[in-house]
This record gives sequence, structure tokens and C-alpha cells, in this order.
Amino acid sequence: MDRGKVLDVLFVQGTRFFAWMVLLIILAVLFALGKGALPALEKFGPGFLTSSSWNPVTEDFGALVSIYGTLVTSIIAMLIGVPVSFGIALFITELCPVWLKRPVGIAIELLAAIPSIIYGMWGLFIFAPLFADHVEPWLNSRFAGVPLLGSLLTGPPMGIGMATAGIILAIMIIPFMTAVMRDMFEVVPDVLKESAYGIGATTWEVVRRVVLPYTRAGVIGGIMLGLGRAMGETMAVTFVIGNTNRIHASLLMPGNTISSSLANEFTEAVGEIYTSSLIALGLILFFITFIVLALSRLLLHHLSRQEGLRT
Amino acid sequence: MSVVMDTARFQRRKYLNIMVLCLSVLMTMFGLFWLVWLLWTLFSQGLPYVNSTLFFKATPPPGGTGGLANGIVGSLVLTVTGVLIGAPTGVLAGTYLSEFSRKSKIAPVIRFVNDILLSAPSIIIGVFVYEIVVVPMGHFSGWAGALALAMIALPVIVRTTEDMLRLVPDNMREAAAALGAPRWKVTTAIIYRAARSGILTGVLLAVARISGETAPLLFTALNNQFWSSSLNQPMANLPVVIFQFAMSPYDDWQHLAWAGALLITLAVLGLNIVARIILKTPKMRK
Repeated sequence: MDRGKVLDVLFVQGTRFFAWMVLLIILAVLFALGKGALPALEKFGPGFLTSSSWNPVTEDFGALVSIYGTLVTSIIAMLIGVPVSFGIALFITELCPVWLKRPVGIAIELLAAIPSIIYGMWGLFIFAPLFADHVEPWLNSRFAGVPLLGSLLTGPPMGIGMATAGIILAIMIIPFMTAVMRDMFEVVPDVLKESAYGIGATTWEVVRRVVLPYTRAGVIGGIMLGLGRAMGETMAVTFVIGNTNRIHASLLMPGNTISSSLANEFTEAVGEIYTSSLIALGLILFFITFIVLALSRLLLHHLSRQEGLRT
Repeated sequence: MSVVMDTARFQRRKYLNIMVLCLSVLMTMFGLFWLVWLLWTLFSQGLPYVNSTLFFKATPPPGGTGGLANGIVGSLVLTVTGVLIGAPTGVLAGTYLSEFSRKSKIAPVIRFVNDILLSAPSIIIGVFVYEIVVVPMGHFSGWAGALALAMIALPVIVRTTEDMLRLVPDNMREAAAALGAPRWKVTTAIIYRAARSGILTGVLLAVARISGETAPLLFTALNNQFWSSSLNQPMANLPVVIFQFAMSPYDDWQHLAWAGALLITLAVLGLNIVARIILKTPKMRK
């Protein structure tokens, strides 16, 4: 073989090796987390998932509080984030004058570029006090005594808590969902929209009857992507959630998420079972986000391939 | 011929339409409102404490005077090391996916996994690197931090590299091959050159992404109150310093945290904007 051929084989196999590394990384993560979580999982068994105790002194641990917090904050984030993202995507694709499209699009994308820790500081020092002074007293007076909502939306006005965490998560995931929805809306063939306009449909009717049905899978994929992001978000939540290991009915009370437990306790954890329980939390988070993000990718797999350009 | 127009129904449709469109404008303003508020907060809280000591003095003990110099330098070292590990790996992996995997069955799986890694929680990477580097080494270290950052940069670079290489028209590959160039030469001398600005954009975005990352550094590089001279030691870095100082009860630490927060945000937003400009100007526009 001449030199060119040898280099060719080397180069192609070299690139293949590095591509395989991406795959190996995710397997290695799974393996390392599984190995680290083993002592805790052996000790507590499947009860780890349903136990709400978290006691470093007696070394009795369960994941329920953290899982609950992760789900509740993510649900709040989705309830706020999905309609807002939809509205923004609608504005950018259907309403916005052409000259304004790029600036608005970039401004929304910059929300995603701001580091998580900045959201956390802002949330703790600026947003939470305002929330405590102005929103929570109003919620208390408005919903006191109302069945169901009353227990959810009343509580001591502390500012920090699951509601605050959920709101901040919503702001953080808006850019991701908006970007996907916008890209989806933009690929709807003009002919479809024009024919709907042609028979007299209003803009909203075109969106509701033509654009949304056409892009349904992609829009759901975008929502799942936002959900995956919300569940794994760490620093912003760690600042504002309050970090207590109790399940409260009220959303205004502090709580904990999987990622905030890890961020707060991991370096301070002493003893094998404590550390192992935290790693087991990480493993659970890995599984949940993997499933959500995998679903999202399956729904989005034919989306324009520019995703990497968005951080 | 008489046209019976159901005016009530027409009015209702019209008002519903106007309402939805107004809501959509409101939502957009709602989204932009947070960006403005965040930036305003950063400037008003951080700007008064940005001065020369910030860049030249190490982090102070509570009550003392000092700056963030060790954190800034540490962050630069960690980010650069992370990118030096992540960028070549990512570019080569992206090259495989774009250039050499057309008949491969594993390539779609790799692409799928890479897309998941792109959005995977960064704290998981922190725990992973803790398990495979910090535990065997017995202590926190700059290397562990850089490795964690590299693993976060990797999927971003793989994805952009593949996207950018795919934008290069096949004619160029064929033309080079017809001249007798081997594949490695086609790729390195022709394709990389054509996609240069795109690949650079990906690397810059990866830098922007990892320079604000805090969660994976908590368990890897940790922090260091003093100048870190070696990547083998725990290393000061801006995000973790900000985290610790912001959570502290000391006023001057909190001031430093705000100043640091402003610096990081400006750096990250600046990188994002530069990356966009680079992507927009090149001769090879998609």
C-alpha cells in the first residue's frame, strides 16, 4: 500500500474511533452511576423510590421528595413556558414584520445563553423578595379557603420555594421550546396556509387548523425537549428552592429536586451509603431525562439540522 | 342571489383572532421582559464593583479586600483545557458522521445519543467525572474540571461540525477526488477549509456554553481560595466562586459575586454574538 492509502485508513478509522467515543461516554456514564448507586440500591431496594425519608444521621434515604420536587417544578415550568413559547413562536412566524424577526429571535435565544447560576442569583436576591412581598400575599388572600387551589397556592410568603423555582425554570426553557416551535412553523408549506386564508380563515384559524395539525409531532418534541431541560436544571433551582426534604402540599413551600440535592449535598456527604444514595438520585435523573429527551428526539428527528448552533 | 352572512359568528371569529394575536404579542414582550430585567439587574448590581482590583487580586477572606483574579484565570485555564480536549474529539467525530458513515448502521445511533447528550443535565456529568477521576485520584483537581467541561463541549461541537460539513456541496468532494486526492486530503484540505467558519462557530458556542457551567465543576475542580498553580490541584473558577460568595452572608463577598456574574454574562453573550457574526460573514454561506 502506498502512503496515501495508509493515511486514508488511519484518518477514517481515527474519526470513527472518536465518533464511537460519544457512544462510549453515555455507556460509561450509565455504568459509573450504576456502580456508584449499587450500595444504596442494595440496601434500600425498590423502596428507595417510594421512601420520603432523607436522614444522614440514621443513614436512611429515599428519593421520593427529590423526585416529587423535580416533577412539580418542571410541571409549573411547563404550564407557564409552553403557552409563552407558543405565543412567541406564533409572533415570530406569523405576525412579526420582517425587519424585527431576527432581533426578536436572537434576543429570545440569548435567554438560553445566560448561565444558570445567573438566573439563580437573580432569582434569590431580586425575584424572590418581590415575589414574597407582592405576589404571595395576593395569592394567600385570593385563594384562602378555595378547595384544592387553596392548599396549593397559599402558604407563608417566603419568596423561595417550588413556585419560584418553577417560574424561573419556565423562563430558562422558553428559548429552547420557542426555537423548535418556530422552526417547525416555518416549514409549513405556504400553499397550505394560503389556501386556508383563501377560503376566509383568520390568522388564528390558520394556525389552529393548518399549522398546528401539520407540525404536531414537532411541537410535542419541542415541549419534551423543554421538559428534559427543566428536569435537569441545577444551579438556578438550587438557589431558590429552599432545600428541605419534606413534601408539602403548598407550592409556596420550599422543597428539593434531584439536581439541587446533588449540588448541595454531594461534596459534604460522608459515608458510603450517603454518597451512594446521592449517586442513585443522579441515576434516576439520568433515566428520566434520557427517556424524555429520547422521545423528544424521535419526534424531532426530521427537524432541520441546525440544532447544535443553539447552546 | 343573496349572501346570508352570519355577522354574529363573523364578529366572534374576528375578535377571537384579535385576542389571540394580542396574546401572542404580550407573550413575546413577557419573554423579552425577563432578558431586560436580568441584564438590568446584572449591570446595576455588578457594575459598581468592577474595578482593577477585581482583575489583579485573588479572592479575599471575609472582610478583606480582594478581587476575582484567581477565579478568572482558573476559569480561563479550565475552559481552554476543556476545549482543547473537546474540540479535536468533537470535530473528528463530526467528520466521521458527515463524511465516512454513509453506509454505517451505528452512525444514526451515535447521532441520536449525541443529541441527547446535548441536552443532558450537566450535573450528571459532574457526578460521572467525580466517580471516574476524583475518586481514583483521591482529591479534586483542575484536570477533573476540564474533563467535565470537555464532555459538555463535545456534543455541541460534534453536532455543529456535522451540520457544517454537510453544507459543503458534494461537487467539491468529487472535484478533489477526481484530481486524485485521497480522502484524508479531501477532508482536511478542501472540506475543512470550506466549512472553517462554521466549525469555528461551533467551537465558540461550546466555549460560551462551558464558560458559565457551574454544576459539573462543583464536584470536580471544586474551588481554591488561592492561586492554583497546577491542574492537579483543586482550582479556583469563576462560577463556583460566584456560587459560594453569593450564598455567603458577607456583603463584600456578595458584591464580588455580582461583579463576577456580570463578567461571566458579558463574556458568554459576547461569545454568542461573535459566533453569529462569524457564521454570517463567510464566503461559504449555506
